[in-house]
Amino acid sequence: MNDVLILGEVKEGSLDMKTLELLGAGRKLCGDLGSGLSVVLMGDELSKAVDQVISYGPDKVYKLEHPLLRGFKTDLWVESLEQLCRQINPKVFLMGHSFIGMELGPRLACRLNTRLTTDCIDISIDPEDGVLLRTKPVSGGNAISVFKCPGEPQLATMRGKVFKPAEPAEGNGEIVDMVPEIDESMIRVESMEVVKEEIVALDKADVVVSGGAGLGEEDGFEMLDGLAKALSKSFGNVMIGCSRVAVDKGWISSDHQVGLTGTIISPDIYVAVGISGAIQHLVGMVNSKKIIAINNDPGCNMFKVADYGVVEDFEEIIPALIKKLEELS
Amino acid sequence: MKELRIIVCAKEIPDPEAPLSDVSVDAEKMEVIVDAPQVISPFDENALEAALRITEDMDSKITVLSMGKKVSDTVLRKTLAAGADELILLEDEAFEKLDSHSIASVLAEAIKKIGEYDLVLTGRQAGDWDSGQVGLLLGEMLALPCISLAREITIEDGNVMVKKSIPEGYELVKARMPALVTVSNEVGELRYISRTKMLKMMRGARSIPSWNREDFFSAPEELLKMGIFELSSPPDMGRDCQILEGATPDEQAGKLAAVFKALR
Repeated sequence: MNDVLILGEVKEGSLDMKTLELLGAGRKLCGDLGSGLSVVLMGDELSKAVDQVISYGPDKVYKLEHPLLRGFKTDLWVESLEQLCRQINPKVFLMGHSFIGMELGPRLACRLNTRLTTDCIDISIDPEDGVLLRTKPVSGGNAISVFKCPGEPQLATMRGKVFKPAEPAEGNGEIVDMVPEIDESMIRVESMEVVKEEIVALDKADVVVSGGAGLGEEDGFEMLDGLAKALSKSFGNVMIGCSRVAVDKGWISSDHQVGLTGTIISPDIYVAVGISGAIQHLVGMVNSKKIIAINNDPGCNMFKVADYGVVEDFEEIIPALIKKLEELS
Repeated sequence: MKELRIIVCAKEIPDPEAPLSDVSVDAEKMEVIVDAPQVISPFDENALEAALRITEDMDSKITVLSMGKKVSDTVLRKTLAAGADELILLEDEAFEKLDSHSIASVLAEAIKKIGEYDLVLTGRQAGDWDSGQVGLLLGEMLALPCISLAREITIEDGNVMVKKSIPEGYELVKARMPALVTVSNEVGELRYISRTKMLKMMRGARSIPSWNREDFFSAPEELLKMGIFELSSPPDMGRDCQILEGATPDEQAGKLAAVFKALR
């Protein structure tokens, strides 16, 4: 039986390595349920990704190949997945809490009249009744809730970098070719243009200098740029981060945003300047190896999670710090 | 051109920026207790701001919908002060602690009762349960084209044009109205509301319509509560912070520089 299904993601023809974490999570459930593990891959050219995924030992790979599945058109992807689920009736269906999973999950749940839990950090099977337990941080991370919901497939999107990636495994997984019945008339949202922007890969930074509402204005980031430049003489990859408020105010673009709806990072050093530390921000940086907080409010949250703190206006500290760093280097 | 009608769904939640010390978990009752003022969920405020920008020089009507067991009209009146034309509260005992699917079905029924609309806007996710589902569920239930994570919305010849955030940048997409759009914070924060305007709206005699389930919802037996099985506090994130003291900023900066040097 292939009761646990996961949605594999394909990037430029190759298997996206995030999929391995889902394979790991799915495999664990299969152990508890005594069932098989299936993977569905979607796209217009899948042979390479199918070969890659099969080497991790799933029991079945559903290959949904169609010229219209080139690129990610949500309308067609939801339709195709709905058709697949109606045909094979998986008990559990897991997706990544990725851009794709966040778009597909709710719409698929609605069409299959089942319930979805998003951004799970753990899943297990209740031995009493065999139902999926879905663990998810709520209230921006202030509490951890376990949900149990009716409906099948039991649907969850899984947070990245939480599950151990699957290891390559022997197996003679079966490849099932399926052609979804889709056509252009099902596209209700038309893509006019994809504009690639220079995206800051915050998760690759060694040091992040981050600013928030306490900067008071956009110019504050110029000062942080100066600090980042000074630090880059001693440290590898130094980047600029920010809190959600700074994006809302239009001071900086959202690829710099650290937190629940931004990037979740764990650099060697995180320097929080004028960030009070709303929980949804802390979730994004609390695992940094060292945290340094600069804030004029000694009572703010950030000092509670920091290793070192300076209580002072950043406008006083940053220029002085840049000077001292230069003297020391 | 006929008047453009926008419905914005907004949820009242405890301030998500509240300090950690104001939040606790009652594991027994399975409730998160936040000792903070109620606010409008931040992404919903972004959605309202998007609606206000779209309609800036256009004949329009913006209706804000908010639901719950009891909704505080003092919190939600802010939407009127900001420029919304109408606020409707959906209040009923049966609307307490519902799961995303049930919330969406209540909103869908209310929107059907409102009848005419061109756009439905929601925040990308709420600041309390962070589920990120209601918008898209609502779109599916109303059989509308669905667009998520909008950073800019414009209207052109009966179409909605949206710059939606994608991992590599943004995608410009177009859909025929009526449509549903979920809004992200790149849209920008809700405009400044002067104190006078706010006070006037709070004290105003204007009555806010409140609908209960009999007014618009026919199938309360279909409503499900959130299936919370267990609720606990997260692992302690606290560290012992060493405050770098100094008589002058220069002295503090010197100590901080030494910390950086040691971490090199």
